Amino acid sequence: MRATVVALIALLLAAPARASEERPTAAELESELVCPVCEATLDTSNAPVALRMKAFIRRRIAAGDTKSEIKAELVDQFGPAVLAEPPKKGFELIAWVLPLAGLALGAAAVGVLAWRWSRTRGSDDEPPDDSQEPLDPALERRLDDELARFEP
Amino acid sequence: MTGRIRLVGQVAAVGVVAALLGLLAWKLTQDESKVTSELHRGGSPVAPAFTLERLDGKGDLALESLRGKAIVLNFWASWCGPCKDETPLLQEGWKRWRGKDVVFVGVDVKDFRGDARDFLARYGVTYLNVYDGKGSTVGRYGVTGFPETYFVDAAGNVRYRIAGPVEDAAELDAGIERALAPA
Repeated sequence: MRATVVALIALLLAAPARASEERPTAAELESELVCPVCEATLDTSNAPVALRMKAFIRRRIAAGDTKSEIKAELVDQFGPAVLAEPPKKGFELIAWVLPLAGLALGAAAVGVLAWRWSRTRGSDDEPPDDSQEPLDPALERRLDDELARFEP
Repeated sequence: MTGRIRLVGQVAAVGVVAALLGLLAWKLTQDESKVTSELHRGGSPVAPAFTLERLDGKGDLALESLRGKAIVLNFWASWCGPCKDETPLLQEGWKRWRGKDVVFVGVDVKDFRGDARDFLARYGVTYLNVYDGKGSTVGRYGVTGFPETYFVDAAGNVRYRIAGPVEDAAELDAGIERALAPA
């Protein structure tokens, strides 16, 4: 039963991704591709080469190409720099790894600081040391008087 | 213990900063164009080598294979407006200089191959043209816009550059004569 539910959820999640791959829209492709001259995504660029790329995308969609095929053709013509998301290999892998490494380092630093802080707080909560010298009787009396003033 | 953690943290932070600076330096040296800066200083920098696919479908062209001739190296794209005005002038120049130890080479940059071939057919271009869709030559030559023309001498050194379209035959001829003049 549990396996069926998991499979159903996986299917539900996979369906939109598959539809996007098999029947991409011009809008989504234009947001995922970059104009090679102005280096803005196609949906925000009106550079002449961007207009040609948009026309190409529409022609390929009408011809029934998948998203991967259209992207592969544009990468073949203009190189991987037209992809808004850098590929997960080679030098471009750094763009993916560095933010994750930064997050991991930050989380580790917060963890260490929290651990140190909790240890400091722990020592503050410890019971007072009974081995301390007793207060001066005069001072103790005065302290009792002062405290008594606050009692109802 | 606290001192040790702090030391490790400081070493890690310095390491990360050094690595990022190294990456930045590497990227800058990759992108740096010495061609335009040397030309501005009056020098004759070596024309960066390239091997690119010919647009006529006859294999690749290596710039080095043209050593011994003056080269008119024109960077263009089919979507570039001023390139449309300039191309007939270059084609006329090619007809005029052909057979005089001068070759014309067009480098089509950041363009569709099909659009580039249509463009060449429309303007009746007969000189060599190569395809650089990825723009791998742009940074190395210091091309700042399209069109841009470099005049390379027989030894493979850039002698002159015209940023923007070549205005007339006289300007084109002057560039070629600089490339043909003895060093």
